[in-house]
Amino acid sequence: MKVLMLGWEFPPHISGGLGTACFGMTQALAGKGAEICFVMPSVGKGGKNDFLRLQSASGVEITDEVEERMAWAGQHAWDSNIRFMPVTSPLMPYMTPEAYQEALSHITGRHLPGGEHVQRKQGGAYTWDLKGGYGPNLMSEVYRFSRLVGALALKENFDVIHAHDWMTYPAAIMVKALTGRPLVVHIHATEYDRSGENINGIVAGIERAGLLAADIVVAVSQLTRNVVINRYGVPPEKVRVVYNAVTRHEVPQHYEVPQRIRHEKRVLFLGRITFQKGPEYFMEAARLVLEKLPNVRFFMAGSGDMLPQLVRRAGQLRIGHRFHFAGFLRGEQVDRMFALSDLYVMPSVSEPFGITPLEAMLYDVPVLLSRQSGVSEILEHALKADFWDTRDMADKICAVLEYPALASELVKNCREEMRSIRWGNAAEQLMQLYSEATGGN
Amino acid sequence: MPTLCLCYEVHEPYRLRRYTVFDMGQNSVYEDDDKNCDAMLYTARVCYLPMNDLLLKLFRRYGKDFKVTLCISGTALDQFEQYAPEVLESFQALAETGNVEFAAETAPHSLAFLYSQQEFVLQTEAHAKRVKKLFGKKPATYRNAELVYNNDMALTLRDLGFKTVLTEGADHVLGWRSSNFVYCPIDAPNMRLLLRNAPLSVDLGKRFSDRSWNQWPLTAEKYASWIHAQSDAEVINLFNDYHIFGLRNKADSGIFDFMEALPGAIMANPDFNFGTASEVSKKYKPVGEVDVPQFMSWDEAGRALNAWLGNDMQKDAIHSLYSLARQVRQLDSPSLLKDFERLQTADHFHNMSTKWFQSFVPDRPNSFPSPYDAYIAYMNVLADFGMRVAEAEGKEELAEEQEAKKTRARAKKEEDDGETPKNAPGKRAAPLARKPRKTV
Repeated sequence: MKVLMLGWEFPPHISGGLGTACFGMTQALAGKGAEICFVMPSVGKGGKNDFLRLQSASGVEITDEVEERMAWAGQHAWDSNIRFMPVTSPLMPYMTPEAYQEALSHITGRHLPGGEHVQRKQGGAYTWDLKGGYGPNLMSEVYRFSRLVGALALKENFDVIHAHDWMTYPAAIMVKALTGRPLVVHIHATEYDRSGENINGIVAGIERAGLLAADIVVAVSQLTRNVVINRYGVPPEKVRVVYNAVTRHEVPQHYEVPQRIRHEKRVLFLGRITFQKGPEYFMEAARLVLEKLPNVRFFMAGSGDMLPQLVRRAGQLRIGHRFHFAGFLRGEQVDRMFALSDLYVMPSVSEPFGITPLEAMLYDVPVLLSRQSGVSEILEHALKADFWDTRDMADKICAVLEYPALASELVKNCREEMRSIRWGNAAEQLMQLYSEATGGN
Repeated sequence: MPTLCLCYEVHEPYRLRRYTVFDMGQNSVYEDDDKNCDAMLYTARVCYLPMNDLLLKLFRRYGKDFKVTLCISGTALDQFEQYAPEVLESFQALAETGNVEFAAETAPHSLAFLYSQQEFVLQTEAHAKRVKKLFGKKPATYRNAELVYNNDMALTLRDLGFKTVLTEGADHVLGWRSSNFVYCPIDAPNMRLLLRNAPLSVDLGKRFSDRSWNQWPLTAEKYASWIHAQSDAEVINLFNDYHIFGLRNKADSGIFDFMEALPGAIMANPDFNFGTASEVSKKYKPVGEVDVPQFMSWDEAGRALNAWLGNDMQKDAIHSLYSLARQVRQLDSPSLLKDFERLQTADHFHNMSTKWFQSFVPDRPNSFPSPYDAYIAYMNVLADFGMRVAEAEGKEELAEEQEAKKTRARAKKEEDDGETPKNAPGKRAAPLARKPRKTV
């Protein structure tokens, strides 16, 4: 099975859980015999892996012939998903014919967005350099990525397209239209998870177009599957659930708890400090816990748009001396943070899956999850609370810190449970879906 | 002439509410009254009332030929009185027929014998008294909660005046022997042991409404033929939970029709009859002793205590609970005592079992979504309870001190009034010494 996998990030160039998940998944897929060409905006240095071929979309030449084929394919995709084809300028809900013409010209390539980065080549061919990541020009990057991948796909040989999250969906739609290969779309997070009700209409539109264009949609949890079906109107029979897993990296180093902080307990929040992750609920729970147990420290690791607001709030609550902001942690720092914690809390408002609790469990840290997370569907031996019920959350935090039998029992049973949460199982399901999509089943 | 001994456990636990750390020290309402009431009313409707009606009908139809043994826990009686008095009346109506023997257990359906013999004796005596008051006869048969039993328990029960003990016919205890005979406990030749016939009991308890079972549907005739096949038996002990009627096996599974037809089907073979536990143990001579050095129970997995004391949370909870036993009994406060007994109900510990909660489907919705939540609420309750005990002790101490002060003042007055010489030994020391507490 040859897979053209479209992704936006891959270790070591990661900024969230998506890259980590892609890594674990592709590694396991390769183990099951999949031949993967992983296309991302820019591979950069240090991205060598022996189990897959990392392909950078930057610098792929787009010749006149390719452009024409893409124009036709784009036309086709445009016809079938007329309201949802991504464009770089904000899309108007009610388009005038002129606006339509202009939007069309974006797609046929006559008008090149981000034209200043165009690198002309001989014979009328041209290309772009993509930076990757999630910059302010994300939307135009997404657009250019789709065109470059289209050109690349015409040169590649593959059986199935597998696209991760909305940034790659335009490219996936393009490739599907160009080559007619079946499309498996993997949804790790929806716009509704990221932004609640205040969604970005363009992103949601792209997401919807990708989901509808796909032959099979893979959701990371039942929770996400429901969002995909209810919010985007995707036919339920083509939406499947494949749970994420966690890669067991080399045995984590043993960290000794320093003598000076041994008498205290530490509770950790690790994740982006954004609406989706519910950091303010963590702080509220911390306040309640500190009323009962003054000898606890709370750590909030990560960065995000809500950080300044939360720092202010900590001051306002006068819990700053017990509530610490650790900033964005990487590599060894993350390991250390996990290892020193007595409890990991994930109070997400809406978490399609949530891999970090599994990572915390690798360090024998008990976890408290929000029930609004996909990972809570597969973890029996974790404490669970509704994200808005901060009293319940605080109660459970107190219980873990106060009753040692609880923490040890949780850890013991989690260790057992972790044995069955492997990427191998996810890969097996994906392989089955591939063969179903290609009609080989 | 094999005799069938049907014995049913009637038990209702008081469910705890989700008692949080913020309730601790603020209020001491531990139970979820709504849930308890709902569960009780529901169970009364689908199980107790229809089944008691059916039993009454069967007693009228068969007279003295059909008999059962019932063991109603104290918490169940409390809940009947509190929420559904008509259920208690219907049990009393059954008692009046004389076809029912009422067995005793610990009032709160506890595992007290494992941790405090004194608790066990007090709870058993209190419950036996209550059973006599409600149903007219002092129980001579003992059926411990969850059929938990060992050798020592038999001796304690003998001293309490019980003649018969019902327990599990566990393979690891019986070995090659059959549960279909009367045995006696080791060192207590005058007592009788009736051992549950597990396979035949479980057919009704667990498998009856299981459609994937190759014997489904089970009819009274088919079941009777299995019973009749055990013709060399003297006694066939079918012990179950009363909830198998209407709750575990819903009415639409046909369990009531099955039970209505069963006595006739069994007695179609005139060699077979029914008897209460006491009758059976009088009728047959024990064929041997059963040695049970370790505790056993009717828990499916291993017939041991794993379902209640299998993990550290359960052990932690029960140890913390019984570490308060001495203090609570010394205080002799009715409200503390009531809560203390209800906290001993075995169900609380069963809710904390991590082995079971994936596969085990309880008869009624559990208040706690996971064993961890059950443990958290329980430990919070226990912490509050501990505070109350400490507070009550403090109060008692204070009262004693005041008492002592008064005595001292009086002594001083007497001293001043009287001619007693100053610094007389004992005068000063005596009032200071703490009065010995009342012990039970």
